[in-house]
Amino acid sequence: MSDSAGYFDEMRGFGDGARAPYGQYAAWFGQEDPKGLMKEAKEAEDFFRRTGITFNVYGQAEAEERLIPFDIVPRIISGKEWARLTKGIEQRVRAINAFLYDIYHRQEILRAGRVPVDLIARNEAFLPMMIGVEPPGGIYTHIVGIDLVRTGEDEFFVLEDNARTPSGVSYMLENRETMLQMFPELFSQIKVRPVSQYPISLRNSLAAAMPPDASPDQTVAVLTPGIHNSAYFEHAFLADQMGVELVDGTDLKVIDGRIAMRTTRGYKPIDVVYRRIDDDFLDPMNFNPDSLLGVPGIFDVYRAGRITIANAPGTGISDDKAIYSYMPDIVEFYTGEKAILQNVPTWRCSEPEALAYVLDNLADLVVKEVHGSGGYGMLVGPAASKKELAAFRAKLEAKPGGYIAQPTLALSTVPILTKAGLAPRHVDLRPFALFSPNGVDITPGGLTRVALKKGSLVVNSSQGGGTKDTWVLEDD
Amino acid sequence: MLGKTAGGLFWMFRNLERSENTARLIEAGFRIALTRPGSEEWTSVLKTAAAEQAYTAIHGDVEQAKVIDFLLRDPSNPSSVMSSYAQARQNARLVRTAITREVWEAVNESFMELKKCLARPVSERDLPDILGQIRRDSALVRGALHGSMLRNDVFDFCRMGTFLERADNTARILDVKYYVLLPSVTQVGSSLDNVQWETILRSVSGVRAYSWLNQGKATPMGIADFLIFDPRMPRSLRYSLTKIRSNLAMLEAQYNDRHPCHDTVERLDASLTANTVEHVFEDGLHEFLTQFLGDIGQLGTDIQSDYKFME
Repeated sequence: MSDSAGYFDEMRGFGDGARAPYGQYAAWFGQEDPKGLMKEAKEAEDFFRRTGITFNVYGQAEAEERLIPFDIVPRIISGKEWARLTKGIEQRVRAINAFLYDIYHRQEILRAGRVPVDLIARNEAFLPMMIGVEPPGGIYTHIVGIDLVRTGEDEFFVLEDNARTPSGVSYMLENRETMLQMFPELFSQIKVRPVSQYPISLRNSLAAAMPPDASPDQTVAVLTPGIHNSAYFEHAFLADQMGVELVDGTDLKVIDGRIAMRTTRGYKPIDVVYRRIDDDFLDPMNFNPDSLLGVPGIFDVYRAGRITIANAPGTGISDDKAIYSYMPDIVEFYTGEKAILQNVPTWRCSEPEALAYVLDNLADLVVKEVHGSGGYGMLVGPAASKKELAAFRAKLEAKPGGYIAQPTLALSTVPILTKAGLAPRHVDLRPFALFSPNGVDITPGGLTRVALKKGSLVVNSSQGGGTKDTWVLEDD
Repeated sequence: MLGKTAGGLFWMFRNLERSENTARLIEAGFRIALTRPGSEEWTSVLKTAAAEQAYTAIHGDVEQAKVIDFLLRDPSNPSSVMSSYAQARQNARLVRTAITREVWEAVNESFMELKKCLARPVSERDLPDILGQIRRDSALVRGALHGSMLRNDVFDFCRMGTFLERADNTARILDVKYYVLLPSVTQVGSSLDNVQWETILRSVSGVRAYSWLNQGKATPMGIADFLIFDPRMPRSLRYSLTKIRSNLAMLEAQYNDRHPCHDTVERLDASLTANTVEHVFEDGLHEFLTQFLGDIGQLGTDIQSDYKFME
């Protein structure tokens, strides 16, 4: 495996033997015929196409549905590794929620000078209308996806926080279903912790953050931008699994100071909206007046404490990559403890010395837009052409505050199955955490994204990435 | 259930039924053209599919290959087999949470199969296979619906979509052909020329059933009676209306709520039950069918507004 030299492979470590978490799997794999497995992998793809697990790609003429490629080699994490990660995730989730409460109330962290005032006040993701609003149960971030990368045996880093509307959980669930169907014998030999309880946990977690005068039915609904959204499948899937209605803006209306949905028997009030549309589009009366997706007046109902919106409006500020660079301070400020999960060292290009360093070392760095997501608008220095570097340099000089830079991490690899057998590819991991007045609930597993192209470090599905089933072992 | 979902289910099954009916019309037209060269059958097929104007605007003269292509796969024809099926699948995506995995997979798989088959113009040689495939796919979806769905409001909306579309289709087939069935007084009870009755019965897949029930004797009144009044014929107006009525009655019971559509369907059902084929022929078949098409159109509108498909 010379092409992966220098990278930590989660199956082989830095050497050749299987690491402990992969021991049983490697033994099983050794007795399989790779050709037969390739055939089965092809069948898995047919299975996905049949079940309709597809996503729409923006900017394509016919809005064709595409499949996110699935690789059948699982990504395996030991129970011990997981225990440490979950401690770190829980700490981070609580800190993010406390941070959001603070910046929309007394702003102690700004007064203490730990985060610059400008970074909040002049941030597009900061929602002044949320100042003083009390979210039901005190919860801002009901669902959080923390993107993690690994570089060594004990080296985990948080790459970014997704506290707005993290997506991908349907792949976590469906990938497991697929594996169970394809390789039942593996699951009887190896004790893998289940993930299938997620939809019920999600429903319970949302219900626990109901408004005080919720209806006895505790009605939850999933709010989607509609059938053309790239994640529509996931919205429908989650609504279905939770046993709740999937609504869009045209189904909802404010009636008697509450949000109600139009049913075959008239309007029925709902208590919690799990919304999968952005703040901007949520309420044309209060936010973007051009939005056709949201519900006019929903924000007024929210402010009156008569509906739970999950996640709360204005949580996007904590996804901001400039805020990210302060996350170790934020964790310490609210929890009084050192952050368990490390941040990737980050240069804020708004600072002149940092900008100078970044411009001098552009070819070695990864540069990201502070508000960007989905791998769009990002520069991977070592993989960029001279022309791309020059173009990005111009962008940086024009608007330095819009960017941060990070070293190019030696992302760990996990093997994928190719025609030539197992081949290492770079991965990241998005575990999903639920937060309610009852506490933090982290599903053992998550979404492992894998860059299918040899040597590539970009794992986003919109940029040719695939997914893997993520196993957390029952070993403690 | 959301009103939008009820509408999605209703239209999903209307569109599925429509695509199946259009395929059946093509099958009948093709068969007649093969066995009776020189007949004007394609024109009446276009009329029955309510596609004559749209076709003429694009193609002008009626030519078999062009008609088949237009009815089978032309995206500019909203009721082509492919368009109807694509629409049905879009509806299915919309109501994904209300239908079982089996139903969704049946629709989705059939759609993908159909899309592949209809990617290019279909040669005469391949046509029978593809029409057969469409028939099997419809049966698959129907089977999944019957075998896996709860008998609740979701099921009722699906079935009402199917039978409203079916009643509409059968009435239109009869209406396009009414001149064939129009008897002069002396001809009442006389036999029809083979080709005339065959096209009608083929369009509803009823040739064998009719022969079996009538010992092969085809009369205008016999055929009209079969397609309008026979409660055993699953594509007759009577059968379709009875089904809609029973689904509406189940909704009334489940919701404990009565609407104008319940009155409409009971009135229609009662007037059909009281009527006879002799009466229909006396008062005019065309007039009867025009009235019927108007009535079920109204019924569709009532259902749509009573169950709040839209704001």
